[in-house]
Amino acid sequence: MRLTRRAALQAAAAAPLASPFILPRNAVAQQKPSELRLGISTFLSGPASVFGVPGRNAADLIIEQFNSSGGIGGVPLRSVVIDEAPGVDFLLGECRRLAQNEGVDMMLASISSGSCLAVAPLAEQLRMPTILWDCGTQRIFEENSYRYSVRTQANAVPEIVAPLLYLMRVKPDFRTLAVVNQDYAWGRDSWAIWKAAMDAIKPGVRVVAELFPRFGATDFSTEITRLQALRPDVILSTSWGGELDTFVRQAAERRLFERSTFVLPLAESSLERVGRTLPEGVIVGARGDHWFLHPTARDGELLKNFTQSYRQRFNLYPIYPTFHMAQALYGMKAGYEKAIAANGGSWPSREQVMDTMRGLEFQHLTGTMKIRDDGQGLEPMLMGVTRHVEAYNFPVLDQMILYPPDLTMNPTGTKGLDWVRLLTPAAVQRAPAPIAYRA
Amino acid sequence: MTLLLLLAVLDGLAYAALVFMVAVGLTLVFGVLRVLNVAHGSFFAIGAYVAATLGTAAAATAAAPVLALPVLLIAAILVGGVLGPLVEKLLLSRIYVKDHVLQLLVTFALFMILEDVQKLIWGVQPIFQDAAVKALGPVEVGDIVYTRYQLFLLPGVAATTLVGLMWFLRRTLTGRVIVAVTQDREAATAMGIDAQRVYLLTFTFGTMLAALGGALASPTSSLVPGVGVNMIVLSFAVVATAGLGQIEGAALTALLIGLGRSVAVYFAPEFEVVIPYIIMVLVLLVRPYGIFGSPELRRV
Amino acid sequence: MMGRSLTLPTLLGVALLIGLAASAPWLKFVFTIALAKGLAVLGILLLLRAGQVSFGHALYVAVGAYTVAFARPTVGDVLLLLPLAVGAATIVGLLVGLFVARYRDIFFGMLNLAFSMVFYSLLEKLYAYTRGTDGIRVIPPTIAGLAFERVSYEWVMLGLSLALAVGLGFLARIFLASPLGQALPAIKARETRLEFAGISAKRVLLVSYVASAALAGLGGGIIAMTTLHVTPLLAYWTHSGELVFIAILGGGGAVLGPFLGAAVFELVRVYAAAAFPDAWQMILGAVLLGIILFASRGLWGIYEDLTTRRAARP
Repeated sequence: MRLTRRAALQAAAAAPLASPFILPRNAVAQQKPSELRLGISTFLSGPASVFGVPGRNAADLIIEQFNSSGGIGGVPLRSVVIDEAPGVDFLLGECRRLAQNEGVDMMLASISSGSCLAVAPLAEQLRMPTILWDCGTQRIFEENSYRYSVRTQANAVPEIVAPLLYLMRVKPDFRTLAVVNQDYAWGRDSWAIWKAAMDAIKPGVRVVAELFPRFGATDFSTEITRLQALRPDVILSTSWGGELDTFVRQAAERRLFERSTFVLPLAESSLERVGRTLPEGVIVGARGDHWFLHPTARDGELLKNFTQSYRQRFNLYPIYPTFHMAQALYGMKAGYEKAIAANGGSWPSREQVMDTMRGLEFQHLTGTMKIRDDGQGLEPMLMGVTRHVEAYNFPVLDQMILYPPDLTMNPTGTKGLDWVRLLTPAAVQRAPAPIAYRA
Repeated sequence: MTLLLLLAVLDGLAYAALVFMVAVGLTLVFGVLRVLNVAHGSFFAIGAYVAATLGTAAAATAAAPVLALPVLLIAAILVGGVLGPLVEKLLLSRIYVKDHVLQLLVTFALFMILEDVQKLIWGVQPIFQDAAVKALGPVEVGDIVYTRYQLFLLPGVAATTLVGLMWFLRRTLTGRVIVAVTQDREAATAMGIDAQRVYLLTFTFGTMLAALGGALASPTSSLVPGVGVNMIVLSFAVVATAGLGQIEGAALTALLIGLGRSVAVYFAPEFEVVIPYIIMVLVLLVRPYGIFGSPELRRV
Repeated sequence: MMGRSLTLPTLLGVALLIGLAASAPWLKFVFTIALAKGLAVLGILLLLRAGQVSFGHALYVAVGAYTVAFARPTVGDVLLLLPLAVGAATIVGLLVGLFVARYRDIFFGMLNLAFSMVFYSLLEKLYAYTRGTDGIRVIPPTIAGLAFERVSYEWVMLGLSLALAVGLGFLARIFLASPLGQALPAIKARETRLEFAGISAKRVLLVSYVASAALAGLGGGIIAMTTLHVTPLLAYWTHSGELVFIAILGGGGAVLGPFLGAAVFELVRVYAAAAFPDAWQMILGAVLLGIILFASRGLWGIYEDLTTRRAARP
């Protein structure tokens, strides 16, 4: 078939008009939409998919549940999921496409802190309501203020301060510490916060090793040998996912757990996978106020039903990414409902929804949380030590303490890294009493 | 100080062994086919996943601990024996006549496809099957606890493979045919060697070695999507440093990288990641065709 | 020998691009990124003519992007930032090129890979300066002294990228037709004969290498000013692979190939990822495979085949 010049010119003239699938959906403002479209950015490939996919699964489950009881304000929800793995330039293009072509009403972004840092300014420009559902960087609301973004979870500061306070309570006399963190922003940031806080609360601790294995490392033998030789009292690691699993197993095989106390702030997500390989007495965190056996919420219907449905469908127990997704969706629902009520029943504008979410207090699967005026979420931090019980073939948390936000989160307008330097030993004692595990 | 160095050497050996196992297959394939197989890392990953799956199945049987190690070898042979000929016949044989760049990109495309195939088959949850390590148990060196797997098995298998390959390539007819094709394809074909058969054989063998590397790595670490990606870059660095098709070069390079990395973790941890690249650049500065490479005759 | 006229396809391409961008505003961003990548791939094309594949050109894209990111707080205008990006990439290209231009084939490819991965590690590790994997935010610069709000900014960036792509494509064409450019295929075919003719192959390759680094740096600068956020991933080896992928997809036959390939690549990736979020990588790989096996001169080759007037047979 030959393509003549004439044919080509004609085609080129006609093409933009004849391609309806790329024309934008008509955005109808303030009228109740036929459906509420949610754009969800998560990791569907690469190592972080160990969080990304459970997050997506939780979204599917909860959206179904919401829709079966009428949706939000009578409007059903529909999600459009995108993979943030290809990188920031891809994600930003996708956000634009979702906003302008798919007519998405709200974005839920992202797992990677780099993605969140890039998306928040874009959301302001596009006037796209955005909920930061999982990324932990405290820099977002510390360095800028955003009208169109809120966060329905805590951030790196409480996620690190709570384990430190817990360690101080459980093992107040430790002298030496070593850190083994993944070599990327989270690994570095979390260590910076820990070190500053530790030096303020317990000055004089000797850091015998600062090890930052490559992100995605599959072998920690050298690091483990060094740690065996150095014999620190405490070993801290904010690793997650497959790397944490590997580190735990390799350390267990070489009996490193016998020599040092481990503090693993993100280990709740690995408990089911590593099973009894993780011994008792390890300090474990859950990045927030959630766990499928949450001490105060575990008897409530909401959590029980969710855990059961999730387990039935996906064959796994829910971990913190699923709870973070739940918090985002429950928060969104509460925000819309409050705005609708304030409107006397009519559908709110984007600005109204976002302004309503500031200062919002809402209930989710495992408790209640609040969003501050600057958009940052406040949630208690669950900490505990591992214990092996009959009922499960993986460790559960015992001696749990729910650290309230006022003990662990820096106030609005301050920088986390500066605030932690002002902590004092008294902060350790102000924690609530531990709750034992109940069978 | 000497103690630290000794520890560094012991740690480096296991890592070097793994790197060698993966890279030697790629070196062979590149030497014979002159194709830099990006999908080599995928074969590594698939070998690891299959070994883990078989290992889990074996762990459920009565003969459990005894099977843990042979399972690794079986996985490698299975993966190599199936994927190798498949890929060679369906894909590679069509592109031998094409440009080198195109050949490389075909393997890059294959790598992209296989990444998603892994995800579709095994999912995204980290998989860990360490029966083999547990079967061999720990061993103490002074005050430090090592696993027998890393101290004895990995270096042992690597050394055996090296010696076996050297013997195979020097002393058997098939081996010498492979060497001949590596050195001068045209002359070898002129002597009556069926180059196509040699390609098929070498590629299958190289794939098996990659899969064996993966199988050996799987009991020590979690398998997640993307586990093959870093191996690719590392293997490339080894191949370039070793010299075309040079088995001994690959062994030496793997050793340098393994030990270099270990020592770096002890004395200059921030450099650990870039050690393979620094080694490559330094070697190529001094010996532009690789450690044991020699200039190729080029047409004038 | 300049080959067939590219005027009509270029005009068609530009018109199509602008038309699509006008009807679907979100495409402005995609196309600007595609044009920026196309510039980098244009550089790869130069090296491909010499039969050399660089697996590390993402290095120069990252150098350009991070130069913009670092310079932005002090330098506010695009017309200053872009030359800075190009300048930085050129300098790095010269330093690296002096070393790698001595090597060929796999060694050339792998050494480039090594340098790009070292740079990637530096970007990740020098956390205090580069913010590591979190990346650095770039505040939208002024363009010729004028500040634009979002929509007009995106249009101007797209226009600027188009102008640069067309202009540099034209220059590349002239370069490839010049004696220096004609020496490049000679390196691929019979390098020793080139030396016998008195032309230093190393010098030829070095000039082309530095030119390709400059082009990639320009592309990186544009990416930084479009995404407004730079991360170390820009230097990762898979991005280098992506550039080579685009080079083959587009086809090395003409300087339009890189831009055609980049546009199609970005569009395919977006639509594959939208339709199959769990399998987009597989689809991209299959597309590449298809092109190589059935249309190895790339999209440009397909276009050429469609539009060649068959010679009349006697």
